[in-house]
Order: sequence, then structure tokens, then C-alpha cells
Amino acid sequence: MAFSYLLFIVLGIGLLFYVAASRRVSRARMYGSRFHSLPGYYGLWAGILAAVPSTLLLVVWSLIDIQLFQHWVRDFYPAEILLAGGSQEIVALAKVENLVSGIRFGEPEPWLVQASEAWLGWAETSTLAKTVVVLGVSFCLGFLGFRKIDPEFRARNAVERIFSWALISASTIAILTTIGIVLSVLFETIRFFQLVPPTEFIFGTEWNPQFEGAERAGSGGGDAKYGMLPMFAGTFLISAIAIIVAVPVGLASAIYLAEYATRKVRSTIKPLLEILAGVPTVVYGFFAALTVAPAIKGIGESLGLSVASESALAAGLVMGVMIIPFVSSLSDDVINAVPQSLRDAALGLGSTKSETTRQVVLPAALPGIVAAIILAVSRAVGETMIVVMAAGLAANLSFNPLDAVTTVTSQIVTILVGDQEFESAKTLSAFALSTMLIILTLGLNFFALQIVKKYREQYD
Amino acid sequence: MTSFKELNYSTDLIMENTNLKTTGNVFVDNPRMSARNVDVYYGDKHAIKDVTIDISEQEVIAFIGPSGCGKSTFLRTLNRMNDTIDICRVTGQITLDGEDIYSPNVDVVPLRARVGMVFQKPNPFPKSIYDNIAYGPRIHGLTRNKAELDEIVESALERAGLWTEVKDRLDQPGTGLSGGQQQRLCIARAIAVSPEVILMDEPCSALDPIATAKIEELIEELKTQYTIVIVTHSMQQAARVSDRTAYFHLGDLIEVGKTEQIFTNPAHKLTQDYITGRFG
Amino acid sequence: MTDIVTKGLSPQEASARVQASLKQRRQKERRFRRLGLAAVLLALTFLAVLFTGILSKGLPGMFQYYVKLDVELDRARLDPLGDLSDASLYSGDAEAMILESALLTVDGEGGRKVKKTLRKMVSSGSAIRLIDFVKSHPELLGTRQQIKFAVDDDIDSFLRGFIQRDTPAKDRRIDDLTIEIVDKWESKGLISYELSDYLFFGSASRDAEMAGIKGALIGSLLTLAICISIAFPLGVAAAVYLEELAPKNRWTELIEININNLAAVPSVVFGIMGLAIFIVTFGMPRSVPLVGGVVLALMTLPTIIISSRAAIRAVPPSIRDAALGIGASKMQVIFHHVIPLAMPGMLTGTIIGMAQALGETAPLLMIGMVAFIVDIPGGFTDPATVLPVQIFMWADFAERMFIQKTSAAILVLLAFLVTMNAAAIALRKKLERRW
Repeated sequence: MAFSYLLFIVLGIGLLFYVAASRRVSRARMYGSRFHSLPGYYGLWAGILAAVPSTLLLVVWSLIDIQLFQHWVRDFYPAEILLAGGSQEIVALAKVENLVSGIRFGEPEPWLVQASEAWLGWAETSTLAKTVVVLGVSFCLGFLGFRKIDPEFRARNAVERIFSWALISASTIAILTTIGIVLSVLFETIRFFQLVPPTEFIFGTEWNPQFEGAERAGSGGGDAKYGMLPMFAGTFLISAIAIIVAVPVGLASAIYLAEYATRKVRSTIKPLLEILAGVPTVVYGFFAALTVAPAIKGIGESLGLSVASESALAAGLVMGVMIIPFVSSLSDDVINAVPQSLRDAALGLGSTKSETTRQVVLPAALPGIVAAIILAVSRAVGETMIVVMAAGLAANLSFNPLDAVTTVTSQIVTILVGDQEFESAKTLSAFALSTMLIILTLGLNFFALQIVKKYREQYD
Repeated sequence: MTSFKELNYSTDLIMENTNLKTTGNVFVDNPRMSARNVDVYYGDKHAIKDVTIDISEQEVIAFIGPSGCGKSTFLRTLNRMNDTIDICRVTGQITLDGEDIYSPNVDVVPLRARVGMVFQKPNPFPKSIYDNIAYGPRIHGLTRNKAELDEIVESALERAGLWTEVKDRLDQPGTGLSGGQQQRLCIARAIAVSPEVILMDEPCSALDPIATAKIEELIEELKTQYTIVIVTHSMQQAARVSDRTAYFHLGDLIEVGKTEQIFTNPAHKLTQDYITGRFG
Repeated sequence: MTDIVTKGLSPQEASARVQASLKQRRQKERRFRRLGLAAVLLALTFLAVLFTGILSKGLPGMFQYYVKLDVELDRARLDPLGDLSDASLYSGDAEAMILESALLTVDGEGGRKVKKTLRKMVSSGSAIRLIDFVKSHPELLGTRQQIKFAVDDDIDSFLRGFIQRDTPAKDRRIDDLTIEIVDKWESKGLISYELSDYLFFGSASRDAEMAGIKGALIGSLLTLAICISIAFPLGVAAAVYLEELAPKNRWTELIEININNLAAVPSVVFGIMGLAIFIVTFGMPRSVPLVGGVVLALMTLPTIIISSRAAIRAVPPSIRDAALGIGASKMQVIFHHVIPLAMPGMLTGTIIGMAQALGETAPLLMIGMVAFIVDIPGGFTDPATVLPVQIFMWADFAERMFIQKTSAAILVLLAFLVTMNAAAIALRKKLERRW
């Protein structure tokens, strides 16, 4: 709570300096001084100086002090916890944090009491110091900004330079995010590969992560196996089914809407198809699990086939429906980009519409359509909720659509939604899987981009 | 060739009134195509107003006029290319060899095989040169085997004056040729389906003078076999290439006549104003 | 030029062959066209099946069965300490009183077995309902009131017909005695079917009849608030920079490649990043809207940047030139002219991005918003869940009534999405400029 209060105060100080500075300049102008910039800019100058650095300081301080406390509190841990390391420390930390927030469970151990009292002391000092420093910085800088007011001082330029920098930093967020993603996944993946050899992971065909408890209880049935192929097989199978559904329907729809439909029909139907894209994937997953999977099972069994209750077919079918607007919309763009002059040439020779479309328009649009399909595959590969809800957890290496399979995304979710212990291979395996997922999806996207670039037709 | 110095203004031949009935020889004996009271509407805009004209066999007739006067629009009615535009409406009668091409049971597909078109900007398909030419014969089923197709392709390219230049690279993309070559490719493509009439919509406006000259030569040669209707914004080109010339002005057909007469001795004041450069 | 070789077909021969080809070509044309139409119709059928399925389950899910019981609001028993405080009310006899009223409906007959059955038939949340009633109508203490209580979800399922009378007793979820009592209630007109106030005003509960989405809705709201307050300014700022200020160098190219890549990354990955960086490294609390909002903001950022860039590009250069010509600085041109003119497009893109974020589940699962949250979140750092995650959790529960409620929750979610998208389209239409 101290954070919010301090934040408001700092912003208030900024506002104060803004008003003060602009007033000062306005008044000076009334008495005849000629200033380079409008009063508002001087106000902004002072206000920004007062508010922004101290806000940043506040945020950074607030993020860091907890880290320090977490580090310092280890001095209070009894020896056996320090020796046991890892998960024991996490449990101990949780206990301390609970006690600090006032949650008591019975009679806490002495070290725990001492640790939490120390923590509370640090927190108090930190808050006090934070308040003093942040407010002090705010006032000082604001005052400096105020003092700089002078007819020659080009406040507008200074403020605009600040804005430029702000805009640049906003854009670098994109890069920071990418770096964040890469780092967050990479470190844990490396740690995973220290526990499980990469060759077993990449080429292994058995997936059988061990539960911590089972290991400890000594009842683990055999060694833990971390081969990722079953997951990729499942992803491949379900995505293939999805593409088989989505591409013919999506492409044919796009062709019809682009070449045959009247403007009115097109403007009614296109939005309807877009609705399919707007439905949240959790809804598709629910529908797949509740309606489609049992229906398929029912039909299959009446035909004498053995169908799992969470078949790949069910998940793939529903995922395909979800991807239809994706394929249709991208293909539509590509088809419309084919210049009318080519169609005119074909029609002028006496082609029927279908001949024009099949023999001139589609071949010209082909690179774009292929790219659209690859992007659709990428989407299917990355899809999570439908498979979590409708496909199973059985790490089967199977290509039978009537079986239950699991996918990369499904495993990631299952592993990370449960208890997480960042020491165990099981939790880390989720990160390794994520790395593979990122490589696959970005690779597909890159591939699609290359195809478009290479075959970009020189129509002009 | 007509020289503008020989323009001869005889007051009793120039009609001062801007009466919109067409002046000159509109009709011919045994026309290949004829238009009777044709109106074209783009939505509410009345683009072509009550045009009547005959087009003779084996002649080159040029449509001239200031930009926006409707000559391209009228050209496109001759092979029903206006059908591709939703808001375009055509009334009146246009016949090819005596049959009304706008009658409801007429199929545009064979029509367009008989009346071919070359467009303003060369538009070869992004296919090989061979496939560009072969496209028309293939879809219409004109040949029974590859040998016949090869023949047609070669003959079309020959007649378009392109064969020697491309015979060794028939499998290369048509879009890789120069502008002038591309246009000749498009002409060859149109020829390959053995049309009776070839419509050309400002075929040289995107080309340099040398390429233009080549195409004008080609038109001279093609005249012996085909009826050619050419829309051009260059009066000099019309004077060089055509037998008859028709002058369009804001949707009306003002005057039609032998090219030499139109450019030396126009009968209508508007025609005279145009060719002397008063507007356009 | 050489002599023209007159090979090839004569026009008459060609015409004849063209005519011969027509029939088959026309057939192919018809078939092609029909194929396209069939595809469109198939897609629309999928849409229709999806929506009818959800509507048919969801609309009934908005209703529940209630039983009306006459309760004697005995002041002494309900409010023993006499001050209407929570301590007093919760130590009162509410539950017993409800049981007594229920007993009255079976004419007071029956021994322990009947009492036991009755207790299971009325929702376990009924006591709280009674207490809430007393709290909001203290003036009615001492009178006899007829109050509606939700029936237990098994009874609800029976009344809807999902549990059949004919099924042998050992296979049924409810026993014969229960059915007898239900029949009695129905014959006395005590059962009513009404709009479920639990759905909208209750929070998560393991009891199907009490489960509601209020907590999840508020959680979604809080999360979206954080998301938009981060994503919109950053997105617009980045778009402005890239379109107006950025030089054409490697660094800018790198930023653009990054943005396009991020748009293609699966949403789960953003959740994983949030988990690893915000929760593990920075020690931020799990399952709170603050972290959820930040993760969603990062995920939506590429979309907002791309659509904002398009909006900025649509502003014609002539306007910028005019402003520069008067002597405005680049920044002034941007803030006084470009941004206001591009704002409708940017807002539209943002609303659509928010609609996507509202429906996202996977990244929020990763940062832990799966916990069973009973309390309504009060602030951005209170544990919360969001509506799609709530739907996901409920989907696992086997009770029939949960299926209804899940579908109803889905309808609520879809209603929000439809509204947001409609708003975006309306905004675009209204503020669209024709240059």
C-alpha cells in the first residue's frame, strides 16, 4: 500500500511543479519577457523532472527490496534447511512470508519468529528510506527544473527530446519482451538438459515424467523418461486433422467470396465467418469435450471401431473449425491482391470464370496461399485450450485419429498448472517443451515469410 | 500521309451547330460488326449516347477523341468486357456477323474467342511464354495434341513478329520480356485463338517510340487477316495506322470517315477543333 | 519483315471447336461454383451448430429451481446477541430453522431419515441466504416470510429431466424418498423456476447450485483494466515512433521483426514468460490481476502496434505538410494532428485487442489464476480469477448443473465479446473519415 500512496504523492508533486512553472512563465510573459517556448512546456519540463525519475526509482526500489530480503532471510534458516537446499528453502521462505503478513499457524518455531521480526524491521527501514529518498529526489529535481526557467531556455525542445526518448523506449519493449521470453525459457531449458540428456529428449519416444512423491516413496514404476516425440506426434496429428478441415473449406470459401459472390453477400458473410475467429478457444474446448468427442465416440462405436473418449479427431475437428476464418481471410487478401488486369486478360480470351480462377488467379496467388496455410499450421501448433480440454494426457506415439493423444501445449499446461518445483526435471521439462514450441512456431512463420518474399510477383 | 498544312476549311462543309447526329459514313456494306443505338450507363452516368456505326471486314478503324469521351467504354462493349463491371448497363444492338451479341442466349465465352482484346498495359500471365500463348487454345480445346499446339504457338508468335526473338526461351516467364515484347506477346496470345476481330485499347500508350513503331508495323500486317478496332489518344498514330477513323466526344459519336478525310477535311466543327488542338 | 506464315486454324474452324468445348466447360463452371458455395455453407453450418449448442445449454443455465419455504423469522433464534452483527447472525439457528420449515412441507411427518433427506435437498448455502435476508430486511424479524431457497443441484437435475424416475434406485443419484418429497413440493406449488441470482451474484463454489461468476467477472475487469492501461499507451507510443520518427536503419528493422514475431508466438508462451520472470524472478504474487494484466498487455501489444501503425499511415501526408509549413515542430505535428486523426483507428484496434485478451485462458493459467477463489477480489493485488479460466475450471466438474452454468457463463463471455466488437465497429463507422 505504501507503493500506491507514494506513487500518488510523487505524481502530485509533479503536478505541483507543472502548475508552478507554467504560472511563473505566464506571469513573466505578462510583464513583457519573451520566452522561447509556451508556458506549458516549462511546466512540463519541471513536472516531468519532478515525477518521472522518482517514479522509476520507486518502482525499481519496490521490486528489489523484496529480493534482498529474501536473500538476507536465509541467514535465519536452521542448518538442515540450508543443507537440504532448493525446495526446502522455498517452503521456509513461504512460512516466513506468511508470518510476516500476519498469518499464524499454531506455534511458530523460534527461528521463524526471529526471521519474520528481522524481515519486518528491514521492511520498515526500507519503506522509511524509500519515502525519504523518493520524495527528496522528486522535490530536488523539480526544483532544479524550476530554476532552469529562463527566456533563453528552450523548454519545448527539451521536452520534445524527452518525449522522443519515451517513444523510443516504448518501441524497445517489443525487443525486451522477446528477450524476456527467450531468457525465461532458455535458462530453465539448459538446467533441464543438465538433468536429462538432449538426445533422449529430442529423440526419445517415451514420455513418463516422474512425480516427486512417487520417487521418494520408492514406488516409481521404472525410470522417468523424457522423450518429446509422442507430444510432437500428437501435435502433428491434431494439427493435420485441423488443416484438413480448415484449408479446403477456408480456401474454397475465400474463392467463392472473392470471385463469385455479390458485394452484398460478401459483406454479410465475411463478418459471420470472422465470428468463428472471435470465439474464445476455451469455448471451443468446452464444445469439443462436451458435444463433439462423445458424438464421435458414439458414431465410431456404432460402426464397430474403438474410439477413445478424448479422441484426436474431436480436438482436430474443432480446431479446424476455429482456423477456417484464418485461412479464409488470409487467402481472400491474397486473391484480391492479384491484379484485375490478369483476370481481364483471361476473360478477354474467352475463359469461363472458373478457368480464370483455376488457371490464372490461383497460380498467381499460390505463394501467398501457401504462406497462409503455413501460418494456419503455426496457429494450430500453438493452440492450447482446445487440446487441453478435449485431447487427453496420454503420451501415445500414435497416428490414429481415433486414439487419445497429447500435445506439446497440453503437456506444458498440465505440468505447470500443478505444483511446481523448479528443481525437478518434470517442471523443467515444461520449459524444454516450450523452447521446442517456440522454435517450431517461429520457424514456420519465418518459412511463410520467406515464401512470400521469394515469390513476390513483380506485377507492376 | 496527310499533312496538317493541307487542312482545308470550306465554310459550307463545316457545320456550326453541335447537333449530335453523327456526320460522315457510318454504314458500310457487309459489316463485320455493327452497332445500332447503343447506350452505355455506368450507374447514373450516361457514358455512351446513342452510337450507331458499322465496322468493315479487314479494315483498321481507329476511335479517337479527348480523354474521358467514352472510346474505351465503347470498345469494351464490342466483346462484352463491360459485363465484368456490375454497375455497367448496355442498351441497343451490337451484332457480329449479323447476330446480336447482347441477346440473352448468347454465351460470352465463344464471343470473346471471336473478338479478341489487347489492353493498354501489357498483361502477360505470370507463366512461361509458351503457356501464355497456349492458354487460349488449351481452354477452348482447339488442339488435339501437343504437336498442333506447338504449331499454333509458333504461328501466333510468328505473326506477332516475336518468334525469332523468343523461340529459344519459350519456357521463360512472359513477364521477363521488355514492355514492347510483352505487348506483342499479348497480341500473339489474342491471335492464337483465331479471332475474327481484334480490339486494341491504346496498345502503345505504355510503350516507348521504338516499340510503338514495331507494333504499328504489326498492325499493318495483321490487317490482311483480321478486323482491327484500335482506340488511340494519338492522332498521329490514328493517321498512320487506320483506314477509317471515328471521333468520339463526351459520349457521342461525332464523325466517322476515311482517315485521310477526317484529318484533312473534317466535316464537323468539333472534329476540326480536336484535330487542330483546340482541346484534348 | 518476312512473309507471314499462315498456319493455324481459320476462324470458322476455331469457332466450331470452341462451340464443341462449351458444354463440358459450362459443367465444370457450375461444379466449381457449387463447391465454393458448399464450402461457405459448411462453414456457416459449423457456426450455427456451435451457437445453437451453446445457446441450448446456456439459456437454461441462467435459470435455476427454487423451493419456497415459510420461515418464522424468530428474532431470538436468528440474532441471539440482538445486534444484527455478523458474529451474532452466524452463531444463530438459521440452518435448523430452514430444516424445520422444510419439515413442515411434508406435514411434519417422518423421522430421522426424512430429516436427513431434507437436509440434502436444500442447498447448503441456504443458511447464508437466510442470514443475508435478515440483514437486508431487519424490520421483518418476528414475522413469517416465504423465502426462496435454491434446491440442491441433484434435485435441479431431476426437475430438468436429466435424472430419470425410471432408472433403478441404485443407479440413481437421488433416492425414492427424495423423489417423493419433490413430488409433494410440486403438488403444493412450492417449486419455482427462475432466473438464477446465484449465477450472477454468487462466486465460485463447489456446489453447483451456488456457483456464480461474480468473482470471475470482477477479476476479468480488473485484469483488463491493467491490460489496457499498459498496452494502449505503450502500443500507441511504439506505433508513433515507428511510423513518424524511426530512421530506416537496422535497429528499426529489428524492432519491426520482433513485433511481427511476437504476434505469431502462441499465447501460452507469454504465460510462461510471466511465470518465470514476474513470479519467480521478481517475486510478484501469483494469481493476481496485476500480473495477469501485464502478461496480457505484452501479448496484445503487437496487435495494437500493428493496427495503430495502419491508422497512422492512413493520415494523409498533406496534413502533416500543412502543419509543418506553418512552423510546427515534428512533435507538435504528431501530437496535435496525427494522433487525434488516427485515434479512431487506434481505438478500434485496441478494443478488438482487448476483446481477444478477455477470452484468453492459457497465459493466465500459467501465472496461477486457477486457484479456487471464493472472495471477490478487492484490488489489483488480491487473488482473482477471470471468466474464461472459471469456465475452464467448471468444465471439469461432472455435475449436470455445472454444464448448464458453464454454458451460461460462456454466453455471458460471448455477450461481452459481441458488445466490444460491435462497439469497435460502430466507432469505426462513426468516426471514419473520407479523405
